[in-house]
Amino acid sequence: MKRALEWARLLRPGDVLVIALALAFCALATLTLWRGGAPDKAVVRAAGRVVAELPLAQARLLEVDGPLGVTLVEIEPGRARVASDPGPRQYCVRQGWLTRAGAVAICAPNQVSLSLVGGAVEFDSLNY
Amino acid sequence: MIPSTIEIRPGADDVRIARLAAAAIVLSVAEAAIPLPLPGVKPGLANIVILIVLLRWGWRDAVWVALLRVFAGSLLLGQFLAPGFFMGLAGSVASLVTLGLVVHLPARWFGPVSLSIFAAFAHIGGQLVLARLWLVPHDGVFYLVPVFALAATVFGLINGLVAARLLRDWAEQAHGRG
Repeated sequence: MKRALEWARLLRPGDVLVIALALAFCALATLTLWRGGAPDKAVVRAAGRVVAELPLAQARLLEVDGPLGVTLVEIEPGRARVASDPGPRQYCVRQGWLTRAGAVAICAPNQVSLSLVGGAVEFDSLNY
Repeated sequence: MIPSTIEIRPGADDVRIARLAAAAIVLSVAEAAIPLPLPGVKPGLANIVILIVLLRWGWRDAVWVALLRVFAGSLLLGQFLAPGFFMGLAGSVASLVTLGLVVHLPARWFGPVSLSIFAAFAHIGGQLVLARLWLVPHDGVFYLVPVFALAATVFGLINGLVAARLLRDWAEQAHGRG
């Protein structure tokens, strides 16, 4: 503690300002350059056609009709998932929450897909 | 054998610059032995010497020491004219220009730590510009800016504190003696 104080005495008032500015620049650079993975909206397709583009701002449920029945898409702030699907293997449901731009959940039997887009998309698509 | 008529007599200035450059070169060679996670992220210990030279003997001497370090250091490490050499040169030139400007800030408010952080940011700035223009002609290099900026802040602060401390100790010694 005493040691640290002795080092701190080497700082002049402007130095503290410069350090603060440098840290602010680091934070700003991180926020602006590293937010590529944050998605803006969810795109829901049925039989290849876009049926809904939903902002990931507020929670809501969307029912999408397909050949087998109703696929339930659930949106929450910053993420989305397929909550239920009539398909036999449930791949898209078991993918769980999608959180990154470029992520896709495909319910092939019911011909419904859910994908997240926005920002700078890091990947063409993400599979799990 | 006819003795050469050309004789180069090193002046006091030359000896001092050579000695300081040697110190800077030793630091950069020693630093090359430290394993680092990312190319380009280095403590830059030689900059402690550059800062001290700048504040005690002025900008001209600092330029000499810094450039001698880049050239001799890269020769010793077998990096001369390799990409790493040009990156180091770009960083050094950028930080020397910056130091030449910020050294005129009022010393009462801005000490070695400020100069060190400015120099560290100029270093990564110069390197990134060269990397973007030449080595990685893609905006992807800027993806690493946050890492480099954080390294510049941390190492700039540490180097600046060390330089400030050495300068203070010397000033106290000189004072005690005089």
